[in-house]
Amino acid sequence: MFSKHWMLIAPARCGAEMMELLWLIPAFPLAGFLALAVTGARMPKRLAAIIGTGSVGASAVVALFIGMHFISSPPQGHLSSQTLWTWIEIGEFRPSITFYLDPLSLVMTFVVTFVGFLIHLYSTEFMAEEEGYSRFFAYMNLFVCSMLILVLADNLLLLYLGWEGVGLCSYLLIGFWYKDHANGRAAMKAFIVTRVGDTSMAIGFILLYFNLGTLNIQEIMQRASQAWPVGSTFAVAAAALLLGGALGKSAQLPLQTWLPDAMAGPTPVSALIHAATMVTAGVYLIARTNVLFTLAPVVQEAVAVIGALTLLIAGFSALTQHDIKRVLAYSTISQIGYMFLALGVGAWSAALFHFMTHAFFKALLFLGAGAVILALDYEHNMFRMGGLRKELPLTFWTFLIGSASLSALPLVTAGFYSKDLILWYSLSSEDGSPWFWAAGMAGALLTSIYTFRMVFLIFFGAAKGRVSRKPGMTMKFPLLILAVLSIIGGFVELPRIPIFSEFVKTALPSAKTLHEGLLGEGMQQVIASGVSLIGVSIAYLLFLRAPLNVERFTSHPAGKALHRFWFSGWGFDWLYNKVFVGPFIWIARTNKDDFIDLIYGGMAWYGRFFHVALSLTQSGKVRWYAMGITIGAVITIGITVFL
Amino acid sequence: MILIWLILIPLMGGLLAWLFSRGNDRLPRWISLIALIIDFILVLLLWMQYPERAGLTNRSWLVDINLEWIPRLGISFHLALDGLSLLLVMLTSFLGIMSVAASWTEIKERVGFFHFNLMWSLAGITGVFLSLDLFLFYFFWELMLVPMYFLIALWGHENRISAAVKFFLFTQLSGLLMLAAILGLYFVHARGTGIYTFDYTQLLGTTMGSTEGMLLMLGFLIAFVVKLPAVPFHTWLPDAHTEAPTAGSIILAGLLLKTGAYGLLRFAVPLFPHAALDFTPVAMALAVIGILYGAVLAFGQTDLKRLVAYTSVSHMGFVLLGIFAWNELALQGAVIQIICHGISTGALFIIVGALQERIHTRDMERMGGLWTSAPRMGGVGLLFGLASLGLPGLGNFVGEFLVLIGAYTVSIPMTAIAATGLVFATVYSLWMIQRTFFGPREVYLKVPDLNMREMTVMAFMVAVIVWIGLYPQPVINTAKGALNALQKNAGAMTSFGKISYPVSTGADRDTK
Repeated sequence: MFSKHWMLIAPARCGAEMMELLWLIPAFPLAGFLALAVTGARMPKRLAAIIGTGSVGASAVVALFIGMHFISSPPQGHLSSQTLWTWIEIGEFRPSITFYLDPLSLVMTFVVTFVGFLIHLYSTEFMAEEEGYSRFFAYMNLFVCSMLILVLADNLLLLYLGWEGVGLCSYLLIGFWYKDHANGRAAMKAFIVTRVGDTSMAIGFILLYFNLGTLNIQEIMQRASQAWPVGSTFAVAAAALLLGGALGKSAQLPLQTWLPDAMAGPTPVSALIHAATMVTAGVYLIARTNVLFTLAPVVQEAVAVIGALTLLIAGFSALTQHDIKRVLAYSTISQIGYMFLALGVGAWSAALFHFMTHAFFKALLFLGAGAVILALDYEHNMFRMGGLRKELPLTFWTFLIGSASLSALPLVTAGFYSKDLILWYSLSSEDGSPWFWAAGMAGALLTSIYTFRMVFLIFFGAAKGRVSRKPGMTMKFPLLILAVLSIIGGFVELPRIPIFSEFVKTALPSAKTLHEGLLGEGMQQVIASGVSLIGVSIAYLLFLRAPLNVERFTSHPAGKALHRFWFSGWGFDWLYNKVFVGPFIWIARTNKDDFIDLIYGGMAWYGRFFHVALSLTQSGKVRWYAMGITIGAVITIGITVFL
Repeated sequence: MILIWLILIPLMGGLLAWLFSRGNDRLPRWISLIALIIDFILVLLLWMQYPERAGLTNRSWLVDINLEWIPRLGISFHLALDGLSLLLVMLTSFLGIMSVAASWTEIKERVGFFHFNLMWSLAGITGVFLSLDLFLFYFFWELMLVPMYFLIALWGHENRISAAVKFFLFTQLSGLLMLAAILGLYFVHARGTGIYTFDYTQLLGTTMGSTEGMLLMLGFLIAFVVKLPAVPFHTWLPDAHTEAPTAGSIILAGLLLKTGAYGLLRFAVPLFPHAALDFTPVAMALAVIGILYGAVLAFGQTDLKRLVAYTSVSHMGFVLLGIFAWNELALQGAVIQIICHGISTGALFIIVGALQERIHTRDMERMGGLWTSAPRMGGVGLLFGLASLGLPGLGNFVGEFLVLIGAYTVSIPMTAIAATGLVFATVYSLWMIQRTFFGPREVYLKVPDLNMREMTVMAFMVAVIVWIGLYPQPVINTAKGALNALQKNAGAMTSFGKISYPVSTGADRDTK
């Protein structure tokens, strides 16, 4: 419907033509996937790399052109859409394959295509010695395509297509090294746990369709705000059901358990899917349907509470991990917790901003970790690393920049600006509270401790492993670019110069702040800076200066128990195994032969029993027959006489 | 006349295949394949002419042929084709081709007689989808069973005899109930109107008492839900599917089960709308139980083929749910689910069959890591596994989602519970893929990958499932007129299936 709209009123014809290219953005990676999937292993590695990386590069270029055009001469209403075909048409039910571009989806598209391209480029070298090279790029391309469909979808059904598509690719890539059962288990866990959330979300879609008569996202938002008063049951139910989907995909409480295990996949996968893009789909969903959450204050508050809890719980777990990738995984859960906190207090654009900076620095950290892991022959344990800053200088410096950004070191890092914005709104927004702020601050302290614990353990101290491989150019280049972005990416939204939130304000309402906050924005920044610096110092003291103190703590029984508790992710896996997985498997195994069939089997058994019993009476002996006749006669006479 | 040909071609093809089988195994295969391809092309031509395909008209019957047969008893040879039967007949000949192609090397004994049974069973199924005379319908209903019994009993696996007998008993006994119900309806109709007829179009709208109606409906219903199958009548299915040869499994899952769904759509509900309405809560409960119970059973299996068989119980639950929700969305969903389940499960059975031919076991404990040596098989298996768990972009998702939306208007709790079936489907599908294709390579060092013939078969099935997943409109348009007519027949007398959107058009609010 919009397509006709903007065709008519677009000021410049060429503008309209530019927007006509929108479909190419997901189409390139799709074509790449098809080419790689059909030819399979027959394709030479070099060609697979070119197709895989090139297709994402091409869509990044298209996205860049469209984005520049979008910014320089914004279309009417700051949005445009393109319908390819009607997917299903049954009466009123008419979801179509339509892409919808507004500032929100544009930011997402940028991040997905550019970070995606860099990670693909990095993978061409990282995966060079793997068998299944073209399979890897096929899955990665399919992922990028699905992710782009997810963020560009104009209706919920198409969004669901992308949503499940990224889930599938996540599954396939976690289990990429399929010969190990553990990887397969991790992959299945990821798919199944997120599917629990997805099912809740699907029911939410049906509810929305049933009550509002459409699946088009913009129409839903419009109709919902007209039809439903704030706090209405329908709005609450719909928002809660959608939240279920978001919790699964974004690994938030109580569906966070799959993400640490998802690290079984190759490191570039963790960077792209399990840090930069897919896991933030939940954030995108909530931001996209922000009207529903505003109509359901209870649910919105739940979002904030869940975010705050998750960021703390995951932060504590990150402190105790040995595996470098698991530290980063818990860190991702925790940072998405920040985004949820932002969404929950109505700071929609702050959540999106943190999504963007997080995509830069977390992808950087994962890729850096990948370089380290590769250099040490697939060593994941940080306690067997050390002193690498001399051997891998570029990796060290870029990793340091990423860590600084993650810890939100003041002024020079992107993470500082985005996290600071969230902390500020968690206190000053209408829905904010000192508790949220305190949780955020505590999380910030944890973040800088676990981050620099990682830095110190890997790059400082005595060298423990031998470096067998140094990253080549194709791995260094993405690291460099992402390091630059991890610094300058924050400057698009400075206090008092909010370019970013101005840009997205047509898609995301601005946060409502109460001006009489407990402390001013400047003061809060000073505190936040102080906290992150304190965190770094603590990490220095504990892990570089006097590591014995930590050991003394963890060797104490109580300390040991606490360590184990945090290390295992607060026992969620244990609980779910006891409550869901175990009983389900037990029931399925016990009932393997289907008790209902036993009933029919019983009938057959009785049939055979009577067959045998009655055929025994046909013995051919006249005495028996005479006896039978007599007894029968007696019984018959008896019955007639006595009744 | 073309409808008669649709049935005659497989009948003749089957006879010829048997006649020319002496000392030659190739000829019967080619004869059957060519006959089925001709059949398929005929249906395709019909479809091309079908104006509704492009959404042009809303006419119900495309072809109708009504010949006298036994006029004294009111029995006629009445065949007719509307969009629904067109789709199902098309599915029949399509899966027929696939099953002949898939068992090209599997069957080595009595090849001629095998194809004779296969073709006659297909002819019976086609007849079931086309008959509008209840007597004729019953005739075809029986015709499709007997050859199927032989397919299982003669070319099946280890426990074929008991599986075949079980299959025969379940379907035969329930068929007898249907026969009784048909006769009951025949006399009830005559009592009211004085006309003795088995003609469907005349029997529609027969007035009857509510107990009478319920009993007669149950007679039909039981026959159909045994076929479908719904819990608790499903226990013949895993045995029959597992023991049957590949072609038999494809036809059982892809087509025979669908005759049950078709019977509900065409006969059980429209002939007895009041009774069906009363029965709706029970039927929907059975559907939901089937969805969940089938999924749990599937997960518990160690025999790969048995696992696939149980998934049918779960998937057909969605069909039953959709049929008893009886509104446009749900019915369209049920039809799409019928077709896509036929394709996806058929494909999975072909893969299992191919696997069994290569490694001589169906035991998943002894599989694993097959991706390394058979990546094409793995890829296709993965795709149909994903179809089975309802991945958007593949046809099954469209069917299941439409059924869920439609069912939501009837019962929210049922819909919510049914939706959890999607999680369970994920569990068993991923488990199946994991145990078979992934994991360390066990026992079998080298398994030949799918060959050209098998890949061609798979390519067709993949194309159809993706096509319906992304652009189901041709199917929807084709079924539309037929489904509207069915709804009208059933709904004219009751409030049954009146679809109601609380906010029917958002537009009218916008204008206010």
